[in-house]
Amino acid sequence: MASEELELTAGIEIHQQLNTGEKLFCHCPPVLRPFDQHNGEFFRYLRATESELGEIDQAAEEEMKNLRRFCYYTYDTTCLVESDEEPPAPMNQEALAVCLQIAKMCRMTPVPQVHTMRKLVIDGSNTSGFQRTALVAVNGTLPNGVTIETLCLEEEAAQRVEGDTFSLDRLGIPLVEITTAPCMRTPEEVQEVARYLGMVLRSTGKVRRGLGTIRQDINISIPGGARVEIKGVQELDLIAEVVKREVKRQKRLLEIRDRLKERGALVDELVRDVTGTFSGTKSQILGKAPLILAIVLRGFAGLVGEEIQPGRRLGSELSDYARKCGLGGIFHTDELPAYGISPEEVDALRHVTGATAGDCVVLVAGPRKKAECASRQVIRRARMALDGVPKETRRMEEGGNTSYMRPLPGAARMYPETDVLPVSITGSLWETVEIPELLEDKAARFSREMGLDASLADQIAFSEHLPLFEKAVGRGISPLLAARTLLATLKEISREGLEIRTLLEGDHRGQGLGEPPVLGVLDAVRRGQIAKEAIPEVFRKIIGGMDVPSAVHSMASSITESDLVAIAERLVGERIDFVREKGPKALGPLMGPMMKEVGGKIDGKKVSAVLKEAIERALLDGKEVS
Amino acid sequence: MKAFSPGDLVFCTLGGQERRGTYITERDGMLVVKLDSGYNIGVSPGDCVLLEHVPPSPPQPKQIAQDSSLPRLSILSTGGTIASRIDYRTGAVTSQFDASDILRAIPGLQDIAQYRTRKIATILSENMTPSLWQELARAVCQEIRDGAEGVIVTHGTDTMGYSAAALSFMLDTPVPVVFVGSQRSADRPSSDNHMNALCSARTGVSELAEVVVVMHETTSDDRCAIHRGTRVRKMHTSRRDAFRSLGTAPLGYVEYPSLELTLSPHARRRREEEPKLKERLEERCALLHFYPGMPPEVIEACGECRGLVIAGTGLGHVSSRLIPAIRDLVREGTMVVMASQCLHGRVCDRVYDTGRDLLKAGVIEGEDMLPETALVKAMWVLGNADNDEEARQLMRQNIRGEYSGRSMHGQ
Repeated sequence: MASEELELTAGIEIHQQLNTGEKLFCHCPPVLRPFDQHNGEFFRYLRATESELGEIDQAAEEEMKNLRRFCYYTYDTTCLVESDEEPPAPMNQEALAVCLQIAKMCRMTPVPQVHTMRKLVIDGSNTSGFQRTALVAVNGTLPNGVTIETLCLEEEAAQRVEGDTFSLDRLGIPLVEITTAPCMRTPEEVQEVARYLGMVLRSTGKVRRGLGTIRQDINISIPGGARVEIKGVQELDLIAEVVKREVKRQKRLLEIRDRLKERGALVDELVRDVTGTFSGTKSQILGKAPLILAIVLRGFAGLVGEEIQPGRRLGSELSDYARKCGLGGIFHTDELPAYGISPEEVDALRHVTGATAGDCVVLVAGPRKKAECASRQVIRRARMALDGVPKETRRMEEGGNTSYMRPLPGAARMYPETDVLPVSITGSLWETVEIPELLEDKAARFSREMGLDASLADQIAFSEHLPLFEKAVGRGISPLLAARTLLATLKEISREGLEIRTLLEGDHRGQGLGEPPVLGVLDAVRRGQIAKEAIPEVFRKIIGGMDVPSAVHSMASSITESDLVAIAERLVGERIDFVREKGPKALGPLMGPMMKEVGGKIDGKKVSAVLKEAIERALLDGKEVS
Repeated sequence: MKAFSPGDLVFCTLGGQERRGTYITERDGMLVVKLDSGYNIGVSPGDCVLLEHVPPSPPQPKQIAQDSSLPRLSILSTGGTIASRIDYRTGAVTSQFDASDILRAIPGLQDIAQYRTRKIATILSENMTPSLWQELARAVCQEIRDGAEGVIVTHGTDTMGYSAAALSFMLDTPVPVVFVGSQRSADRPSSDNHMNALCSARTGVSELAEVVVVMHETTSDDRCAIHRGTRVRKMHTSRRDAFRSLGTAPLGYVEYPSLELTLSPHARRRREEEPKLKERLEERCALLHFYPGMPPEVIEACGECRGLVIAGTGLGHVSSRLIPAIRDLVREGTMVVMASQCLHGRVCDRVYDTGRDLLKAGVIEGEDMLPETALVKAMWVLGNADNDEEARQLMRQNIRGEYSGRSMHGQ
């Protein structure tokens, strides 16, 4: 394995959604919606067209193999731009500013005049049939020496609901795409660079959080193999595994190629109609199919069923290609008899196709058009096996496997978006772009300056509540209290099934201060109006609909110092035997009932001090008595 | 002298690296270069050097097989978004294709008919003129005389309604004359050009014998509506379903992708006869949109016009302050027609005093005619009538279904 890893060349492309006020080319809010909230539907067909240079892109043509009708969901948060019924608005300047910030952090050079392009994508995920994208900056370096080739600002595609149905809520959310040079040599390095870039992106404070808001594409090749792009790796922790499995797949495909060559393997052009051979079959799929076609792969026996990734075989690759024609998959003799196909039928198949034991026969079954298309695809992919590894765009499957999506796109898939004017990035504009503090530097500073322990500092720096934390600390609230409240208390409250968003968003009730209630509550603790123990209860009251001042007031202590002493003495008196038995150690067990009595309205430290004194007095009294 | 020609291979220095690309055009003092990655960027002229001059290679037109057993259709092109291409000079989408390019761009057309194509103009439809309407009408008429069983006119959408109305009056056609365009540029995979073109060809071989507009009925790619040329109006700046029949139902529909066609019983049917052309137009006509506070001088400025259509308010009103100017205009021989800026509904100048005064001043009620159709009709009527009285009479006559005698519910 070690040698395999050393031989790999990999690069990554990171796509991160930006958290701007509006979408990239319209004024809609960039919010995701539950599908059942859609307020309308429409449908379209997409067609590949001649691009600026007069060629139809190969990847686009591939999608055309199966001309599809796409359905789109609209919402009250989408407009005619997403529906491709209105020209785009000018490029969102806020999104561009974030891109420039990231570019500067990666020591890149901005493009003097940014042009928006139309990138052909006709899988239905873009209503227009293209994705708008602009090259913003080039040629940067990371501290570990990795080269960043390009930074692009793009619009996010529509989300797939199911099949050919898409939801327009996500379409048009700004997306920054960062592409590294293919300069990584180990799976772990790929993962580390992805982690670092993710950290850089989050340091801007302007990226969206949560599942699906960041995606990694990985480019991999090994010597003798081919460049393969793996799309949509969402989990950072899986990156190394995906790379390892792809290296393995390419190695196995090369081995298969060598063995095919030794055997003098070849792919028959002839496609035979073998529908009659299966007239009495028990296989449900073959039984129902109007047409069954057979392709003979000479010298392929055993190799089509050979595993190239856990659970995936060369046959899986053939099947991926056949699926492009709208069929569910293929059968091949390396896995037969099975699936209701009898040994006799396999023998008959070999007989009618003239296949020998050294050959593998592939079956495609379905309506004529689809079956013929699929048989051509099987022949195409089988021939590629004779050359080794095809250049492909692949999709990540669960666990880190990949499957074929489409050929690698060429440069012909882009032409100018003429409805969007170019944007100039002048030297003086670039000068004014400020670099934010990196989150890892921030974490180190929190630890150093505020005395937070390293893990807590790290957690708060990378938390989505970081802006609130910094605001709180800026107001003189104890960093430890702020961090614990934002990390732990909020989580506890949320576990109770309460909606904590109310606490984090500007409060327009009450005095209309418009600041998040969390800050108001922490302030009340700082001013001594309530004890920190009261925070969860205050939060509950605010979520329940109370404004911050009322919630704070309701929890403010009405217990005076002398009341507190009296409560402590009463409690000690009631448990005097216990106190005498335990001595000063009785403090801990008594804190619970004591806090219950004061209702969490007084700071625990103060309560503890008063209780301690009461215990000490009681013990002293006891001594005097005895 | 320009340093580079479009298509030249160049080297650009950016971020301390040299990048290869293709020179596209100049924009705001920057050179636009298409990098090998496909992206365009604008760079300073000083940062680019010529690598290789590449002479332009015109695209090789593909031969299109025509099935001689199919009906004969003619496609006349005037420009517009149904056939657009990128303009390297401005970076804008402009109309540049001729009719034969359309046939290449829209596979499926050859299954419906065999085609003859002819380029009348290559203009954006806002640049259309009455003399071009006349040229178009003559060309359409000629195609029909030469045996075309239907004619398709590709047209920019902005003024397609005017042109369709103009041809409706000028040409008495025994076969379908179909105007078609697209609202979303033809370069995009989602363009409505493909479906609109196929539906227009299907209409072209149908039993219809009118000048019509065939465009998307809804935002979906589900069907096209067939609109009567005198009743259709572009009602949205950008949507696919911008074209609407006003005050009447469409003449029919073409389903997509089945191309199943249904025609209303009111649609005129194909006849075995020669087309009749009455192409004369009086161009000295104007259309005024009244607004509160419009000074009489605006009316007076139309003194040279032989016909004036006013899109009035509501039932067909203008400020009573304008009535003397209108009266003078009529006395001096201008035919004044009142339409309504409501677009929906009928003009009736007998309800209010202002209306009655307008009638007394000699204004003709435009019924439920669209203001634009009333303008085109005025041009045609004044161009063809022997005298003013005949013109006024023709104006009141329903010639090409431009108005309805009855205002129906829901339309």
